[in-house]
Amino acid sequence: MATLTIVYFAWVREAIGRDEEQVERAQAGATVADLVAMLAARGGGYAQALGDPARLRAAIDQRFAPLDTPIGDAREIALFPPVTGG
Amino acid sequence: MKRLAIQAKDFDVAAELAALEALGGGGVASFTGVVRGGDGLLALELEHYPAMTQAQVARIVEDAMARWPLLGASVIHRVGRLEPGARIVFVGTASRHRTAALESCAFLIDWLKSHAPFWKKEHFEGGATQWVEARAEDEAKAKKWGG
Repeated sequence: MATLTIVYFAWVREAIGRDEEQVERAQAGATVADLVAMLAARGGGYAQALGDPARLRAAIDQRFAPLDTPIGDAREIALFPPVTGG
Repeated sequence: MKRLAIQAKDFDVAAELAALEALGGGGVASFTGVVRGGDGLLALELEHYPAMTQAQVARIVEDAMARWPLLGASVIHRVGRLEPGARIVFVGTASRHRTAALESCAFLIDWLKSHAPFWKKEHFEGGATQWVEARAEDEAKAKKWGG
């Protein structure tokens, strides 16, 4: 079964308690938003980190992408808060 | 000239400016970001997405070089723990035209704030911590450049 790597940053990473994990592609859903909903349904830190998608941003294979973007053949999805560099 | 660095260590502003001046364009603009103290702030911790940061900053620099006639652009962004007074970020641009140097410098720092995968966490006296929230104002500043 093909897997998808999910990486987390900032308070998303802290609430979930890990910085990376693998998800079976077949369970990930069609879009990043579907993946977020599936992960949030695990409850606990996942629900805390991912329960309000409006607070989240994402990248697909190291490029920023809106949450409604199809996952397609992506290998790595990153979930994180709006960026605060500079 | 394109110079990009994502690093924990400090940088030498004078050396960075000298490298841009040596391009011979006659105009160099720069911005240096420094950790602002106050309210019991002990340090900022800068996290980033290592697999993405370098490529994303390179895209931002290429974008600036496509929009303005630049001879050179330098972006240095530090990561890790930084105390008040420490330099965080440097943006420098060189051009034959001062408007191009100044505008592209402003563009680069606005886009770094809203289009590069960095996150700041504040550490305060007494042990409290807080992730810095993105400001709508920064997003608006980035949007004014279009694209």
